[in-house]
Amino acid sequence: MSTHKAALCKVQILKLFLTSARCVRITRFYGVCGLSTSTPASSPKVCIVGGGPAGFYTAQHLVKNVINTFTQTAQHARCSFHGNVRVGKDVTVEELQEAYHAVVLSYGAEGNRTMGVPGEDLAGVYSAKDFVGWYNGLPRNRELRPDLSCETAVILGQGNVALDVARMLLSPIDILKKTDITQHALDALAESSVRRVLIVGRRGPLQVACTIKELREMVNLPGTRPEMEASEFEGIAETLKSLARPRKRLTELLLKAAIETPGEEELEKRNRAERAWGFRFLRRPLEVLPSTDLIRAAGIRLAVNRLEGDGEGVRAVATGEVEDVECGLVISSIGYKSLPIDPAVPFDARKAIIPNTMGRVQQTAGLYCSGWVKRGPTGVIATTMNDSFDTARTLLQDIGKGTLDVSTVKPGSQGVSALLEKRGVKPVSFSDWEKIDSEETRRGETRGKPREKMLDVGEMLQVARA
Amino acid sequence: MALMTSARRLFHVSFRENSLRRTEALISATNTTSGNLSLAGQRMACIRVRDFSTNAQPLRADNKVTVHFINRDGEKISVKGSPGDSLLDVIIDQDLDFDGFGACEGTLACSTCHLIFEEDVYNKLGPITDEEMDMLDLAYGLTDTSRLGCQICLTRSLEGMTARVPESVADIRQSGDGSS
Repeated sequence: MSTHKAALCKVQILKLFLTSARCVRITRFYGVCGLSTSTPASSPKVCIVGGGPAGFYTAQHLVKNVINTFTQTAQHARCSFHGNVRVGKDVTVEELQEAYHAVVLSYGAEGNRTMGVPGEDLAGVYSAKDFVGWYNGLPRNRELRPDLSCETAVILGQGNVALDVARMLLSPIDILKKTDITQHALDALAESSVRRVLIVGRRGPLQVACTIKELREMVNLPGTRPEMEASEFEGIAETLKSLARPRKRLTELLLKAAIETPGEEELEKRNRAERAWGFRFLRRPLEVLPSTDLIRAAGIRLAVNRLEGDGEGVRAVATGEVEDVECGLVISSIGYKSLPIDPAVPFDARKAIIPNTMGRVQQTAGLYCSGWVKRGPTGVIATTMNDSFDTARTLLQDIGKGTLDVSTVKPGSQGVSALLEKRGVKPVSFSDWEKIDSEETRRGETRGKPREKMLDVGEMLQVARA
Repeated sequence: MALMTSARRLFHVSFRENSLRRTEALISATNTTSGNLSLAGQRMACIRVRDFSTNAQPLRADNKVTVHFINRDGEKISVKGSPGDSLLDVIIDQDLDFDGFGACEGTLACSTCHLIFEEDVYNKLGPITDEEMDMLDLAYGLTDTSRLGCQICLTRSLEGMTARVPESVADIRQSGDGSS
């Protein structure tokens, strides 16, 4: 028997309470997610705050046994889902700790790092978080109305999110219209004048933070061609043999797109392409330059860097040179950022994470964390999944060793539900969520899309409670 | 990483009850806003031969291929699968409980079905696409004989083969404050 199963056997029935600030859809859960079920009073009860991948993977691992999808997790007898509950506002973490033996914070990263440069507030400048939220249908980004009437867009940052944004700006509409992109974003992109996207980073080609799958999607994007300066790749080919496989393959693909002579088919594609994209390296934003009427972005001033050091210790250092790039759309994709949720929860403002050791929140018994709020906003889904399993294992270990006291009787979801009711907060259950899900799917069907997302929380709640 | 984009690929709800599952999962995964536009993601790795009129697979002993898996505890598990099934299909159909295995349900959006093969078996496996290699790049403990289970189709020539399920997380814990 594996050690995981042994640990689980000692725990009689684990009750999970996931709370979510938005009941919307699994793709956009954020805030607090709660699961609870009715079980004997003496079983350990765990509350998970956050309904994204980290929350669900942590839940899966705690409940275990052939739960492979998040839907199955949410529907499991020992889990219950409470959406539309804001932890820190509708209920405090301390109140959750009174109701549950353990609370796991998995609420992700709702904020973003800012460039901190003059002109960042001009029209036409957006965080990637807001831009991605706009085309993905987050209610709070519904009114973004980005101005796509310019020819050149500059994206700061070279991670996977930056590539996602570039791809959305340049994808043929015929491809986009079969996705679950929101209708208003689709309409805006259909009218877009953006023809050139520059993806700008502080450091060099060997430091790009994106992964190869996302780069390949850009390289293969129909109707586009890569446009990059060979001079930016000097000396890179020589380093290939010393690179680990993932970085090596990524760099090879980058070189192929940037400087190698294309084959016949690719050459034809590039000649026909009306849209272009490219990485620009060794550039850091200094200022967004305003238009003559001082209202919107008309360009961006970039400091030119050079690299010092090597290997892991490579650093970008300013040369003193400066370069201006004309553009009407600036999107900063330099990182998401977690925010503190409740004064009772320790928070490292510098790193923007909850200080923890292997998922145990420091200086606070009974508090755990998983996902981006624990490790910072990087890594792919598998990273978050493994990380969530780690936290779940830590929690189970603590129960097994007695470090986490589960001997007292806790009210669990019944306690919290009573509190919420008194405060006039009406949580959304998973079956309520399923009504929203099927209504969105139904609306999408008429348009040949997987779903048409609702953008108004009020409307969602109406459908949920119908 | 684009949390929402990856999450969108995985959050598509589909149950494992019938063979249409993977088609649904593939179509939805590729139709999500920031989904995989490449052909590989839109094409099933293996063609499953299924009788659509019933959920039960006809059990004919001569039709099956025996394969072995070494799990993360070092235990050997022997199961039977049908030619045309992917190794991920076999693991799911046989309810083998490998933690976090096959998270993206065979849509080439993760690396959790990473398997390690013996060299002679590895050389008999079908060709590897760029898209599979891209995801393998992210797999922990990658070896020269690693493949993704969702892309390996059972054939009779793989009768009796063994695949090892590698560790999915670093054994050495990350630094105490959780920073990467």
